[in-house]
Amino acid sequence: MKGIEELLRQHPFVQGLEDDIVRMIAGCAKNVVFQVNQYVFREADAADNFYIIRHGTVALEMFVPGRGPFTFLTVKSGEILGADWLVPPYRCSFDARAVELTRAIAFDATCLRDKCETDHHIGYEMMKRFIPPLVRQLQTARFQSLEIYDDDKLQSE
Amino acid sequence: MGVSQENGASLFMLTIYGLQALLQSLRQRGYRTIGPVVQDQAIVYDEIELISDLPRGWTDEQDGGHYRLARSDDEALFGYSVGPHSWKRFLHPPRQRLWSVEQKQDGVRVIPEAPSAERLAFIGVRACEIHAIAIQDRVLLGDKYIDPHYRARREGVFIVAVNCGKAGGTCFCVSMNTGPKVEEGFDLALTELVGGDQHVFLIEAGSDEGRAVLKDVPHRAAAQDEIEAAQAVIARTATSMGREMRADDVRELLLRNLEHPRWDEVASRCLSCANCTMVCPTCFCTTVEDTSDVTGEHAERWQRWDSCFTMDFSYIHGGSVRASARSRYRQWMTHKLATWVDQFGSSGCVGCGRCVTWCPVGIDLTEEVRAIRMSSASMENAS
Amino acid sequence: MMMTSSRASDANTAALDPMTPRFLPVTRRIRETADTVSLEIATGDSGDGASGFRPGQFNMLYAYGVGEIPVSISGDPAVTDRMVHTVRSVGPVSEALAKLKRGDVVGVRGPFGSSWPLAEAAGFDVLVIAGGIGLAPVRPVLYHLLKRRAAYGRTALLYGARSQQDILYDKQLDVWRRTPDFQVRVTLNHAEREWTGDVGHVTGLLGKVRFDPADTIAMVCGPEVMLRSTALALMDSGVPAERIFISMERNMKCATGFCGHCQFGPYFICKDGAVFRYDHVRDLLTIREL
Repeated sequence: MKGIEELLRQHPFVQGLEDDIVRMIAGCAKNVVFQVNQYVFREADAADNFYIIRHGTVALEMFVPGRGPFTFLTVKSGEILGADWLVPPYRCSFDARAVELTRAIAFDATCLRDKCETDHHIGYEMMKRFIPPLVRQLQTARFQSLEIYDDDKLQSE
Repeated sequence: MGVSQENGASLFMLTIYGLQALLQSLRQRGYRTIGPVVQDQAIVYDEIELISDLPRGWTDEQDGGHYRLARSDDEALFGYSVGPHSWKRFLHPPRQRLWSVEQKQDGVRVIPEAPSAERLAFIGVRACEIHAIAIQDRVLLGDKYIDPHYRARREGVFIVAVNCGKAGGTCFCVSMNTGPKVEEGFDLALTELVGGDQHVFLIEAGSDEGRAVLKDVPHRAAAQDEIEAAQAVIARTATSMGREMRADDVRELLLRNLEHPRWDEVASRCLSCANCTMVCPTCFCTTVEDTSDVTGEHAERWQRWDSCFTMDFSYIHGGSVRASARSRYRQWMTHKLATWVDQFGSSGCVGCGRCVTWCPVGIDLTEEVRAIRMSSASMENAS
Repeated sequence: MMMTSSRASDANTAALDPMTPRFLPVTRRIRETADTVSLEIATGDSGDGASGFRPGQFNMLYAYGVGEIPVSISGDPAVTDRMVHTVRSVGPVSEALAKLKRGDVVGVRGPFGSSWPLAEAAGFDVLVIAGGIGLAPVRPVLYHLLKRRAAYGRTALLYGARSQQDILYDKQLDVWRRTPDFQVRVTLNHAEREWTGDVGHVTGLLGKVRFDPADTIAMVCGPEVMLRSTALALMDSGVPAERIFISMERNMKCATGFCGHCQFGPYFICKDGAVFRYDHVRDLLTIREL
């Protein structure tokens, strides 16, 4: 357990988090490795893990028949992966594939949710860390849905 | 000024026959003389040869969205205020070919458009219009690039100015500090004195060319009472402006109210017809049209007046930057009264009132400024 | 439209005023993407530098009988006998230009406008951030930076494109990626399987390159929504507003300040821009339909 706690402390996700909380959530964590092209999870899987990426790159994909898998976001070292575990029905809504050898810490979703529910202080500290990347991803999704480069205004004609 | 001619005087008197002689002298010197004429129930600028071409005895009634010719109670030649035309029609014409190009088997040949060699004399230029010409000079001659067509026409122009004997219903040159007295930028300046049995003109030369022309024309030194009578005419005009607008802080006022609800209100009335920009003596915007003949051997590029009220004006791939009437009216008015100062060092408005008169729905920029000022002040007081 | 370049220069002696184009021969046409080509044009410059341009400037390009549009100059500023423009087909004129072949002539007026602050950037870290075809107006900056690498601190190109097929200058990007001491990150709006780079908005790349925000000059070119979000993200990361430069775009007919079309508040994009210091236009960018 000491080992995972140390790994956890090196990650930006827990920066500024109280020692007690780090120790408690470490109890839900385990070290994981994904080989190139290995799926972290697939669409419609149970969202039973939350990941923080230590090293590597994970592509978030949707499979489009006739076109194949489309990457809409990449998640890299220092970032977090997965949001579907936070809200019912706890089901993955996209594919997550390791683009390169990726080392991550996986949290058991039920364990983490239980800790947040039991102690709302922990819950709030966790939410403050889950929400910013989610908001950034929403912003990114907005630019993508606008297809800004397709409809760009760089030629005044 | 100051080069005195006869007996140290610089103000002279001209009879109506002297004015005819002045026209003849200008024509003999090679000028095409352009002045006010009655056409299509308005006083417009066109070629004139004789005093009888002038709108003797005509005046005009003007108000927001309203213009009507009327018989005057005197025989004044210049007893009207400004009409729908301005001198930009001649200096910066509605259509101008910029160049042609010929494509033959041996290559492409550009045929530049030679600048006009025609010399024009403008008869009856008002103080606000002289300011408007100076403003367009700044735009088209005063920066890094020079418009060669404008320069050629402008350099050839002889200006016979007239001090206004009557303020129009939409005039506010006093507010804009551009009139009614002609101060500079003219070759000759007239003040028409009409009434009783007299019909004479006080005349003043403002350039060497003006003094030379004046020498060709029978005139005599002005008497003190005549000078005072002319001053009284101008003073009376100055106190009878149809409109007024506080102008000293209007730039700051508009720039801090770019999101004011009044823009929505005016947009609900504005037809985006572009009349205000066409009649405005300082509006300079143009677009270009490219044409080629069916054989493809000859192509031309024409410049023509354009207006910021059209959708195409701000079109870039995907749509117009100013898609709403609100944004287009705001662009016109804030450019005219505010950002013009940043760009060219003065307001773009000379207070001639044409945009008010010729707006089909009578939108009045002095009223719009007042509305923004009032509500802006009340909002500031409330906070 | 065939003509020899010697005839082109004969024709050009007549062109005196800023509104009249020179007709210059296309010497090379490079297909960049499905809808974008680069045209290399012989300037007729004999080496005296008279045909030079400053990175960030644009020319007005006229397609015979069709019309004229502003196109930024996308080539190496050190090369004066050739000038490169990258044109995306979005309307009648750009379509006509994109169809030009080697030996055809094109009407050229310019160069016009302001330029990227390369002299001011000496000694600073330099971030070049481009979106879509916005890579074209900053490519001259990249040529310049690579030639005078020692004059600048850390340098990075952050480029956002729609998809892998829309990436401009991809071979050149590969060369730049392999250049030591020059950071290149490309992110896509969406990617297919073979793409191993980033996917996401270009601002997401800011955390992935090394630069000292307090000593950084950023040059940003792309669609206006991207300019706004990128400038704010740069400020969030600590780059002062007065060291962020953006290139703006508006309808333009004359490029000389006469036609009035390109006004943006007090500015004429054609002569006061297209490159602006962000703090000079920041407030204007928040006003809709200005």
